[in-house]
Amino acid sequence: MAVPFRRAGAGSLAVLMLLLAACAATSGPVGEISSAKLAAIRSRQQLICGIDGQTPGFSSPDNQGRERGFEVDLCKAVAAAVLGDAGKLSLHTVTLDSRFAAVASGEIDLLARTTTNTLSRDAPGGNALSFGPVDFHDGVDVMVPVASGITALNALNGSTICLLSGATTEQVLGDALRRQGATYKSLRFAQIQEAFAAYQAGRCGAISIDSSILAAQRSGFADPAAHRLLGKALSKEPQAPATAQADPAWAHAVRWIVYALIEAEEQGITQANVKAKLAEARANPKLADRRRFLGVEGNLGSQLGLPDDFVVKVITAVGHYGEIHARHLGEGSTLGLSRGANRLARDGGLMFSPPFR
Amino acid sequence: MPQPGLADTPSSLRPSPLRRLQRSLAPTVADGLLSLGLIALLLWVGLQLASWAIGRADWAVLQLNSMLLLVGRYPLAEQWRLWLLAGLLAVQAGLSWGLLRAWPRADRSLQGWLWPRHDRIAALCVGLLALLLPAALQLALPLQARWWLLAAALLALRWAAGRWGTRLHRHQLRLVGLLWPVLYLAGLWLIGGGLGLPRVASGDWGGLLLTLLLASFAMALSFPLGVLLALGRRSSLPLLRWGSVVYIEFIRGAPLITLLFIGQNILGFLLPSGLAPDRVWRAAWVLIFFAAAYLAEAVRSGLAAVPRGQLEAARSLGLSQAQALVQVVIPQALRVALPTMVGQFIALLQDTTLLSLIGLLDLLGTARGIMANPEFLGHSSELYLVLAVLYWGCCASLGLGSRALERRLDPRSEPTRG
Repeated sequence: MAVPFRRAGAGSLAVLMLLLAACAATSGPVGEISSAKLAAIRSRQQLICGIDGQTPGFSSPDNQGRERGFEVDLCKAVAAAVLGDAGKLSLHTVTLDSRFAAVASGEIDLLARTTTNTLSRDAPGGNALSFGPVDFHDGVDVMVPVASGITALNALNGSTICLLSGATTEQVLGDALRRQGATYKSLRFAQIQEAFAAYQAGRCGAISIDSSILAAQRSGFADPAAHRLLGKALSKEPQAPATAQADPAWAHAVRWIVYALIEAEEQGITQANVKAKLAEARANPKLADRRRFLGVEGNLGSQLGLPDDFVVKVITAVGHYGEIHARHLGEGSTLGLSRGANRLARDGGLMFSPPFR
Repeated sequence: MPQPGLADTPSSLRPSPLRRLQRSLAPTVADGLLSLGLIALLLWVGLQLASWAIGRADWAVLQLNSMLLLVGRYPLAEQWRLWLLAGLLAVQAGLSWGLLRAWPRADRSLQGWLWPRHDRIAALCVGLLALLLPAALQLALPLQARWWLLAAALLALRWAAGRWGTRLHRHQLRLVGLLWPVLYLAGLWLIGGGLGLPRVASGDWGGLLLTLLLASFAMALSFPLGVLLALGRRSSLPLLRWGSVVYIEFIRGAPLITLLFIGQNILGFLLPSGLAPDRVWRAAWVLIFFAAAYLAEAVRSGLAAVPRGQLEAARSLGLSQAQALVQVVIPQALRVALPTMVGQFIALLQDTTLLSLIGLLDLLGTARGIMANPEFLGHSSELYLVLAVLYWGCCASLGLGSRALERRLDPRSEPTRG
């Protein structure tokens, strides 16, 4: 038993020295940030991030087995901010049913798997998650074969609709159809692929799920043009990363890392030009906004328990929000989704970051 | 199946092949029509499948993801370890196979055949599969060459061990059997690293590798646990007996998926963080405890089939209770229980697909990940067909192996003929 003890001693000594060094360098209130999660991530030198692993564009393995996608880049951003290295990351695939227990038990540090923020998931009496800012606005939609001639919800009366069990879709669709006075039969599936295979085999006349998933799966159909999305978002599905409610300091750090991605887009700081922008900010004291944002002056990072230059690390690793969206979901990618509600607020979308000051 | 009776009949008395065919397919007109209908149906299904597989299916998804399906996201730089392990397994399998044929059971009056018909068909299949399948998939040449080498090693050792195996001594033969557990431990070391090799975290094991590893691990450890539980259930000590009964009935009363969820989710709350084993190993232990309960019942049925006189005879010869159990009763019980146990093992192998429901990247989980790769959307049929073939292959080889073992253990059986 002597050896592990000695090691632990050396480890905490090193952490203490680092803290002292950080205090001396920034003179910020680093000592006041107490987050067990941040300390745990630092001591294991790895962020454990929960992803879905089976949603096109959001997370799926490439043919080398490396996970890629929107969720994965979010994990990389957080790893880069906390540990300074986007590679210090362990990706755990979590399922619809296991994701909340995985966060609450501390099995994963961060749930990056697209999860809709709802009251009952956020509330202490519900799943007790702590949601970050919305990183993707989605909405439940319905896809039908063009040949069916269905263009409106009430035409779905009496049809069988393929659904995913465990998602919020079923309640949303049920409510919407009830309002229309339409009845339907639901065919529930545990897995996305099974639901779409059933739809393609004609076992149901329509399939309903978040529109990003509908569009993504349609892009893999033999004849994508033969299927139509009704185009009426039946619900708000604001998807956000989540952490355990027990550690508010960690939740704050995650929240502002996501905001940093959006703020960087607002300021026009990209993966390619972040070095130049940083040099500019260093040279020019008049760029106060950018100097604070990139950690040249002030102690915004330390207030979160992060390095002051965490934004530089994040943007160097994954780029800003618009770049991540374009890389995996946007019109340049295989999926080719339009940016829609996920544009910046100044462009007419819903993405917006509070000020970094 | 070879028919022992037929082989001994002089060839002049055997019916002509055409006559035998007629007798088996169409002994009456109605049977003949039924046979014809079924054959036509099978042909039609086969043709449809073949025309889909050759014409409409796009096998690029398999060509580009073959390693991913086999080993998941195991780091590329360390994959040589898996090829080395596969090579060692091929050598050991070839050696054992050859020696099994070179040394037919000593208590048999008839000589075994060195190359019975089963073996010739199996060798041909192995060779053809290794040559044709990688080529048909247009895998990279170095990858193709590795499959050739694996098959060549297996067949060469099978041939050499069959040819010269008789020169080995009896105790050397035992060593070959002992090599299997040694090789298993070496395999765990090669896969997981440590002791000089870089570590590969269990979260990075995936695909067929994870499926076979977890299934074999669960089989290897649930077997002794199952035997102990079966003995415990028949024990005269009430605490032991009731403990075993409660354990077996509790596990058998709960679906595996529930136990897996408990293992994955609840254990994280119960144990202080850091103390709970890695989630792959947590799933492995759940599989072991689950399989043990079912195996215990299979073994118990075997124990019940051994006449009480066997134990009494062994005791009267001066063996202790433990010796009598280990050397006389349990071997007979296991022989009786073998078919049921193999059935459990096959079920266990298929149960590992449930791991994908708790987020582990077993063969099914990995395949589902590939289906979500934006480049391969819409190719789930190809992948599901491959999965079916792979799972069938694994289960069929388990079944074949067990039937060979049954024949070998059965004191009344004759050696396989050509």
